[in-house]
Amino acid sequence: MIKCRNLVKSFSGNEVISGVNLDIGKGEIFGLLGPSGAGKTTLIKILTGQLDYDAGMVSVMNKDVQDLSGEDKKQIGIMMDQFGVYERLSCIDNLKVFADIYDVPHSRVKEILGEVGLGAAGKKPASNLSKGMRARLQLARVFMHSPKIIFLDEPTSGLDPMTQKQIHKLILEKKKQGCTIFLTTHNMEEAAELCDTVALLNEGVIVDSGSPEETCRRYNHQKKIILHLNTGDDLELPQTKASADEIYNLMKDGMIETIHSSEPNLETVFLELTGRKLEAE
Amino acid sequence: MKNIGIIIKKQIKDTMKNTAVLIQFFIFPILTLFMENAIDIEDMPSQYFVKLFSVMAIGMSTTSVAVIISEEKEKNTLRVLMMSNVKPWEYLMGIGIYVWTICMVGAGLMATCVDSEDVVFYLGIMGVGYMLSILAGACVGIYAKNQMSATSLAMPLMMILGFLPMLALFNEKIKSIAKFFYTQQIRTILDEMSFDSITRESVIIVVVNMIVVIASFFILFRKKGLE
Repeated sequence: MIKCRNLVKSFSGNEVISGVNLDIGKGEIFGLLGPSGAGKTTLIKILTGQLDYDAGMVSVMNKDVQDLSGEDKKQIGIMMDQFGVYERLSCIDNLKVFADIYDVPHSRVKEILGEVGLGAAGKKPASNLSKGMRARLQLARVFMHSPKIIFLDEPTSGLDPMTQKQIHKLILEKKKQGCTIFLTTHNMEEAAELCDTVALLNEGVIVDSGSPEETCRRYNHQKKIILHLNTGDDLELPQTKASADEIYNLMKDGMIETIHSSEPNLETVFLELTGRKLEAE
Repeated sequence: MKNIGIIIKKQIKDTMKNTAVLIQFFIFPILTLFMENAIDIEDMPSQYFVKLFSVMAIGMSTTSVAVIISEEKEKNTLRVLMMSNVKPWEYLMGIGIYVWTICMVGAGLMATCVDSEDVVFYLGIMGVGYMLSILAGACVGIYAKNQMSATSLAMPLMMILGFLPMLALFNEKIKSIAKFFYTQQIRTILDEMSFDSITRESVIIVVVNMIVVIASFFILFRKKGLE
């Protein structure tokens, strides 16, 4: 559904996207994970035709992104971080504008507001919505015309964990309905929870990609067992026979409070590959 | 074409909830109705306030358009429309038709103070004036990045177009400069309120103004795009 080959983009001589290759299949949730300034928004703007590119190839639904017709664009839904809503209009009126553009019946407006949990807020002006409600309104706007491909640029940025969970649920619902979803995030938990495939982007270059579990396993060099004892001490043991005996003895003596393995997460993988953290401290 | 109607519908709903813009559209028609009916000074020219405020209303419409376009840019709702396959020309036509129509409703109100045999002539002249101002306002809206810069640019333009003809009444030097603007020509035409007042000079000046505004619009649009 979405393909990229050797994509390059520069601003004032600065290469911000360098030779990016992507291949996203139908019904997949693809996550682009990277810190601020990595090039995530630039890449998503190129994929959605908002920005030109300098070299390479970008195709969406088997067409060059610059050649997409009006009918093709109706198959695509986009939610960018900076996209606004009409502040003075109610949620219902905000959606009616786009229902008319996309030839969606107005009966669908109340339906979609209910699906995103804004059923009771339909008549509220958008200016009176909380950040989380506004994000859900924007998602409603994206989902309303049932697009085949959805682009989400940091859809849960700045939202509380409860709202994030609700939005994740909505995104996973869309995947179940067969949508292909491309999302950008700097939240590794979000990427691990939602995405079938994750690409780690740093300074315009994809440093690694794969399923979240597979990516973490590839960097599981250490293979340690970490124990927290009821004395308050922490123990790190390598995965060896000797350690197994020690763990057995500790267990026999009832000294182990917690025990877990030390697989890396996407944050530690990113740190290992780039020397940078995903999120600013 | 359908998108033009959608933009107009959206703008009507939005304006009904935007007091500041409503005031802009109707302040001069309301002032006209009030002043024409409340003030009656001996030797005052007939329909004095209609003619005075008509030209100011034409000047004011530049800010209305500029603010509408720049607000959409600033709030990034314009980007959402473009990504939903609304073409720039559809958006601009929608806003232009909407603003022109609302302004003509205001002109209709002011026309109630004009002699009935002159109403059609009056509305025709106002229609042309509003069209030019809307184009000028669109130039400002395209150029400005946000509402603040749109207002900073549109206000002086509004002052020149709207108030210069009034000042020209009291100062010959100002009149000699003001005559090159279409609003001064409109003021002169409205003074006589007849086809006889449309001289060759006034037609040439209005046409040149029209060419300048249209050319500026297309140059700015090509250079900056709508967003």
